[in-house]
Amino acid sequence: MSDPLSAWQLILNGDAALFAIVRLSLAVSLSAVALAALAGMPLGALLALTRFPGRSALVVLLNALMGLPPVVVGLAVYLLLSRSGPLGGSGILFTPSAMVIAQTILIVPIIAALTRQTVEDLWTEYRDELTAMDVSPAGRMMTLLWDARYSLLTALLAGFGRAAAEVGAVMIVGGNIDGFTRTMTTAISLETSKGNLPLAMGLGLILVAIVLAINAAAWGTRVWSERQAG
Amino acid sequence: MMRAPSSDLPLVLDDVSLRVGATTILNRLSLSITPGAPTLIVGPNGAGKTTLLRLCMGLDAPSAGRITWGGRANCAPLRRAILFQRPVMLRRTTAANVGYGLAQAGTPRRLRAQRVAALLERVGLSDLAQRPARRLSGGEQQRLALARALARDPEILLLDEPTANLDPAATRSVEEIVLMAAQSGIKIVMASHDLGQLRRLAGEVIFLARGALCEQGPAANFLDHPTTPEAAAFLRGDLVI
Repeated sequence: MSDPLSAWQLILNGDAALFAIVRLSLAVSLSAVALAALAGMPLGALLALTRFPGRSALVVLLNALMGLPPVVVGLAVYLLLSRSGPLGGSGILFTPSAMVIAQTILIVPIIAALTRQTVEDLWTEYRDELTAMDVSPAGRMMTLLWDARYSLLTALLAGFGRAAAEVGAVMIVGGNIDGFTRTMTTAISLETSKGNLPLAMGLGLILVAIVLAINAAAWGTRVWSERQAG
Repeated sequence: MMRAPSSDLPLVLDDVSLRVGATTILNRLSLSITPGAPTLIVGPNGAGKTTLLRLCMGLDAPSAGRITWGGRANCAPLRRAILFQRPVMLRRTTAANVGYGLAQAGTPRRLRAQRVAALLERVGLSDLAQRPARRLSGGEQQRLALARALARDPEILLLDEPTANLDPAATRSVEEIVLMAAQSGIKIVMASHDLGQLRRLAGEVIFLARGALCEQGPAANFLDHPTTPEAAAFLRGDLVI
């Protein structure tokens, strides 16, 4: 394993353990993005369109939470899910489910904050027109989220980038169990501490390549669909 | 239970003023807009035409005075529509923009496709139905905005200088649609600072200068016998500030 090309050889040889790690990383992070989008986008749109006392403080808080340290989220979820914690009975600590929960909490603020900004900017453009058409508050939210869809793709990518790159939260709540909760980032961390730097580097390159491929696919989708629908 | 459809006409402004901070934009306007030939709101830039239209639509509230639609204050804009000088095109196709207007006006889903086609036909955009609306030219966007406004089946159609940025050909097609709408019984209230347009379209004129109502009356009277010095200067082509 000390061969500098070992990670690439693992790919070329179709190494099953490596593919399991890649698959789990993608499954966990993409699930977290999907869940965080379901919660974060309506939340961001709601915050963009409503006015209430303390709203500014909430916007600042949400923006600050974009910088939430993954280890802190991991620790909080660990305490919730540990045997003596409030949700200890669920028995999902050290499973992929716990990792999805932790990453979702980590990226909801990112998606919500970016959605809030995007929707608020679009609302200044749409306000008169939608008011003149007597669109209901719920209808406004739906319209703005839909019409901001290309910009919101960037919010999703920011969330995905954060989830795919973090190691602290999945390490604490997943436990880096070989063949079960080991992701690309926890594997890189482990191989580095074992001194297997070539493999760690190879895994890192694979991770970067995957993130790049997903961003390229998203960009392509955006360009294509903008051409279709303006 | 059947309910007689309530009318938004007459639209009555009673001693209406609008102030923003220390600036008076409209000063003690009293006027009444009744069914009939198109009413054109004319006057130099900054006279308060756009503000008056926004008040008539109910988008802004006056700082003093009272506005009523068919005798009711604070009624939802169900029977009226507005065309802004720079209409916002939703980031969808031409057809979807009209469909959106129909949906917001409560048109049942099964009738929408047919009505979208009819409205696009009416404004001459049938061929561009599947184009992204934001890729249309300025004149096409104004016609699309007209179709979307007509989708509300309005009783009053307010227009804010819809041809200000258009070339003569595009202006003509917008004016033709507006005249067709007027003939179908829709009350047209349109801001303009173009005397030619006034001659072509107006049945009645409201002349504003510096936020005050100077004249309201039949277009022919206004053109031949302006009673205020501001209106006379405007008709001569002098710069009225």
